[in-house]
Amino acid sequence: MAHPDSGMGELLLCPPDHYGIEYEINPWMSRARAAEIPVAQAQWKGLFAKLSELGAKVHLIDPQPRLPDMVFTANAGLTVGRRFVPSNFRHQERAGEAPFFAQWMEARGYEVVWLPPNLYFEGEGDALFGGDTLFCGYKFRSDIQSHRAVADIFNCLVISVELVDPRFYHLDTCFCPLPDGGAFWFPKAFDEYGQSAIRQHVGEMIDVPEEEAAHFSCNAVVLDRDIVLPEGAPTLVEKLNARGYRCHPLPMTEFLKAGGACKCLTMFMPQREKTA
Amino acid sequence: MVSEMVELRGHIIDSLILPKVLDEILTRGGNFKIDEVKIGQNRIDQSYARVEVSAPTTESLDELILRIRQHGAEIVERKDVQLGAAPADGVFPADFYVTTNQQTFVRVAGKEIEVQEPMMDSAIAVDRKQRSARTVRFYDVRKGDEIVIGHHGVRVVPLQRATSHTDIFQFLNTNVSAERPKLAVIKELSREFERARRDGGKILVVAGPALVHTGAGEHLERIIEHGYVDRLFAGNGLAVYDVETALFGTSLGVSLERGALADHGHENHLRAVNVIREANGIAAAVTKGILTRGIMHACVRHNVDIVLSGSIRDDGPIPGVTTDAIEAQKIMREKIRGVTLVVMLGSMLHSIAVANMLSAAVKIVVVDIDPSAVSKIASQQSFQSIGLVTDVEPFLRELAACLTDQAADGTSG
Repeated sequence: MAHPDSGMGELLLCPPDHYGIEYEINPWMSRARAAEIPVAQAQWKGLFAKLSELGAKVHLIDPQPRLPDMVFTANAGLTVGRRFVPSNFRHQERAGEAPFFAQWMEARGYEVVWLPPNLYFEGEGDALFGGDTLFCGYKFRSDIQSHRAVADIFNCLVISVELVDPRFYHLDTCFCPLPDGGAFWFPKAFDEYGQSAIRQHVGEMIDVPEEEAAHFSCNAVVLDRDIVLPEGAPTLVEKLNARGYRCHPLPMTEFLKAGGACKCLTMFMPQREKTA
Repeated sequence: MVSEMVELRGHIIDSLILPKVLDEILTRGGNFKIDEVKIGQNRIDQSYARVEVSAPTTESLDELILRIRQHGAEIVERKDVQLGAAPADGVFPADFYVTTNQQTFVRVAGKEIEVQEPMMDSAIAVDRKQRSARTVRFYDVRKGDEIVIGHHGVRVVPLQRATSHTDIFQFLNTNVSAERPKLAVIKELSREFERARRDGGKILVVAGPALVHTGAGEHLERIIEHGYVDRLFAGNGLAVYDVETALFGTSLGVSLERGALADHGHENHLRAVNVIREANGIAAAVTKGILTRGIMHACVRHNVDIVLSGSIRDDGPIPGVTTDAIEAQKIMREKIRGVTLVVMLGSMLHSIAVANMLSAAVKIVVVDIDPSAVSKIASQQSFQSIGLVTDVEPFLRELAACLTDQAADGTSG
């Protein structure tokens, strides 16, 4: 059973109609290494089908031309209950996505609460609940100052952790909380303070080996006992199975070229019903 | 060390951000002082810390602040100093800030500047174009100079007593009375001389005429010959009696060997004055072979800077004595640069004048037979002075013995 306060039922996805590698804003992106669009579309459809099959109610937002990364809806913002905090993207290339997501959420009755424009914050990409605690990553994309503002808005404990490996530039690329109070993660993506802070606030942790972390194995969508994650993490899958989870590995190669996978393509609405 | 005040807010305890920022400050060569911490009572309560961050230079502080801002530290704006123009030469604006002898910083246009040559009982002049600040005395100030007024934007960093027993100044920190044994202290002091020399600091001796009268001159000579003195501040008297001793074997007419008044001995110091006046100064007397021994001779031979200041009761004076008191202060201040250890021997007024000019970081040893003279001077440098109540002769004899042994052993402290 999912925690009664966790959301998990409704998800927001964006079809990859305009997806492509058109700029380079993380170490994974290279315009010389284009995504194969038909393959990308098939992989996205596979994700959509899997999430639907697992019982999630999947909403779709219209993709917009010249916003290729809009497909990564995790970075739209963070939703708790009926309140939505839109992202303030660090990179100009993605800033144009914010108004579309905000309008879409507002039209569906969510209260949109903007952060001060000088604070960078990239939504669920850098903000994941583990129980009542909101874990937030900072440095590459989000500013630590935004964490305090988010803590004020949602009245929750925020554990701010510095991301130190540019390959794992968002928290959701290296850390994935589980409904049993534990999490799986790639510890080396954090400095020692971040590792300690996480260990102090999370139950049993599963360390993901580097070669599996490099396949964005931590970029997983957890729906109660079902975990949708990219292919290429046999060790992790085995450990998750042993903990009683059902794993659903999916091919994600074309989105990995942009530095994203299952979780980046998904936003919970809400991620959590309420905070303590 | 320049500093900035920064604030951290949020879940800085649970996230370990506060310890991380403090560790980062230390590992990058900075330092911190926690000004205030408020820790949230409940799980979701945010915490607050105000921390003074300091670093050796403005550049290193800027770099450090840049780093810790990434972790959420925000600079607390502090007030600049208030400046007022000197209304006339030699006059400070009303409400001018009066300095201490401690390390001092002033905030000008949002940045801290260290005040050069900290000296007590002075004012602070700021040159905004040069981004510099220095202590000024009445004689230094010119009409229109910008002088700090009030207390805003001035930060004084009192010298902290070290927690480890690194040197005698740190653990003795008291005056050694006449009834206490001094040998161990003197031995320890000789290591301070060695340490100062090794670290490139200059050693200054301030001496009164009692030094010659008591027959301690030859000990100081030995210390000079072993290279442990860089500068000598004294009055006309010390120089004259030293020359008298060198030429006639008496000090103020008293034979140093026999301890009795020599025949016509009272004339000797005037004849000594006359010899030096005729030779046109001490250095010339040494060069011409007229002066062949004594403290002054040793100073000339070993390139010790001699600063002689006049007084109203001087005979002569001999050439080289600065009789204008203000001029003498200026020269002394000039010659104090680079000095890290000062030994004051049997000269209360001269020593007080010098102590007034010293930064609190300079170490002082005061030796006088008069306990009140010792305590007056030693009290100005609370953690960095040692006073010994004793006759200067046995003190210098013992010190010279320790230093010459040390030099012979090649040992260092």
